[in-house]
Amino acid sequence: MTSLAVSDHQAETATPAKAIQPVWVRMVHWINAFAMILMIMSGWQIYNASPLFGFTFSRSITLGGWLGGALLWHFAAMWLLMVNGLVYLALGFATGRFRKKLLPITPGGVIADTKAALTFKLSHDDLSKYNSVQKLLYAGIIVVGVVIVLSGLSMWKPVQLHWLVSLFGGYDFARYVHFTCMALIVAFLVIHVALALLVPKSLRAMIIGR
Amino acid sequence: MGRLRKLLIPGVDKKLLVRDAVKTMPELTRRRFITTGTSLGALTLLTGCDVVDSSSAEEMLKQVSKFNDAVQAWMFNPDALAPTFRESMITKPFPFNAYYDLDDAPEIAAADWKLEVRGLVENKKSWTLDELYKLPQVKQVTRHICVEGWSAIGSWTGTPLRDFLKLVGADTRAKYVWFQCADKDGYNSPLDMRSALHPQTQMTFKFADEILPRAYGFPMKIRVPTKLGFKNPKYVLSMEVTNDYKGGYWEDQGYNSFSGS
Repeated sequence: MTSLAVSDHQAETATPAKAIQPVWVRMVHWINAFAMILMIMSGWQIYNASPLFGFTFSRSITLGGWLGGALLWHFAAMWLLMVNGLVYLALGFATGRFRKKLLPITPGGVIADTKAALTFKLSHDDLSKYNSVQKLLYAGIIVVGVVIVLSGLSMWKPVQLHWLVSLFGGYDFARYVHFTCMALIVAFLVIHVALALLVPKSLRAMIIGR
Repeated sequence: MGRLRKLLIPGVDKKLLVRDAVKTMPELTRRRFITTGTSLGALTLLTGCDVVDSSSAEEMLKQVSKFNDAVQAWMFNPDALAPTFRESMITKPFPFNAYYDLDDAPEIAAADWKLEVRGLVENKKSWTLDELYKLPQVKQVTRHICVEGWSAIGSWTGTPLRDFLKLVGADTRAKYVWFQCADKDGYNSPLDMRSALHPQTQMTFKFADEILPRAYGFPMKIRVPTKLGFKNPKYVLSMEVTNDYKGGYWEDQGYNSFSGS
């Protein structure tokens, strides 16, 4: 709360410019980034114990050393991911951020902005407004985040939450859903980080707010 | 290993002894705990500090795992039944799975075997296989889920453990039923009492209507469809009703102890 009060005070006296990313968004963003990386790296090690496909992840990019260690990491980081994610969803709805920032998403807008982005004509002058591609990706990754948590819960508690397992089409299928969501998140992460590096002021806004 | 671990050398640090013993085992990488620095290099770089390598991280993870035991015990609904399946859905062949090859699986002669019953029970008599076979049996077709992620549907027939516990006058207010097994290195595993009393928890004598084969734990396994596979001990030699947490083969190496599904 102190930091909020300070930044409000500064905003009144010194710079009238409003933070592009409010402090709560920056906090949950970086906590989520940390938790996600722990979940992905430990998840890869868990996958290696019984691979779904014809490959395994190199041990140099996994966390935990062996299945037991990876499970300890996975089931510890899940609390951070889940609590932080719930805070994000609650504040996103309560403050109207989701509605204001992520809606509306129109097919026409997405196509136009994708074209503009690929020809490097997309404007980044106002970072407080997301373009249609950003809206689609950010809204989409929230949905993927919810699905990966639910499919993970169904695999963790297939008896207690057997209705959730059924929702995912059975235990075996839930594993594929969980893996697919991970793949989507990793793909998002690659694009997200690449674009943040291409437009460094957006990275700055996520760190110091402006 | 379990029994040796406790009895062999009094005064020797159990943890260190296990760690040294583990070092001499094959499949080193599988058994190693979290202190394997190399694979964690990336995270160490990322955070700029040595959190992952340190024993404090290991300690933190153990504490969270204990917290997860409590959360799972709280979530556990003793009336929630594991889904059952049609016989046509049974996985064939049902996988043999252990930390050793099938050739090294215990070979137990039925005539020599007796189930030892110890701890907080009124009747500590040992049971022959013939005596156990005379108890009422029920069949279940349920999904066996391995900690590794794979699963398989099997058919198990035997006596509900809760009926047996009642029969021997077990104190069901005790915290655990602790099983010791004949697997090489001495497998053992604790089962929390509420899971032991679950209606589907079974002393299993048959697989797919045939006498339990050696591969699946002859003469007796404990089938717990509300637990991961490693909490379903095979080749059981004894059960002990106890309030003490006595650890387990995999539990001691870091698998979450409750590991309920």
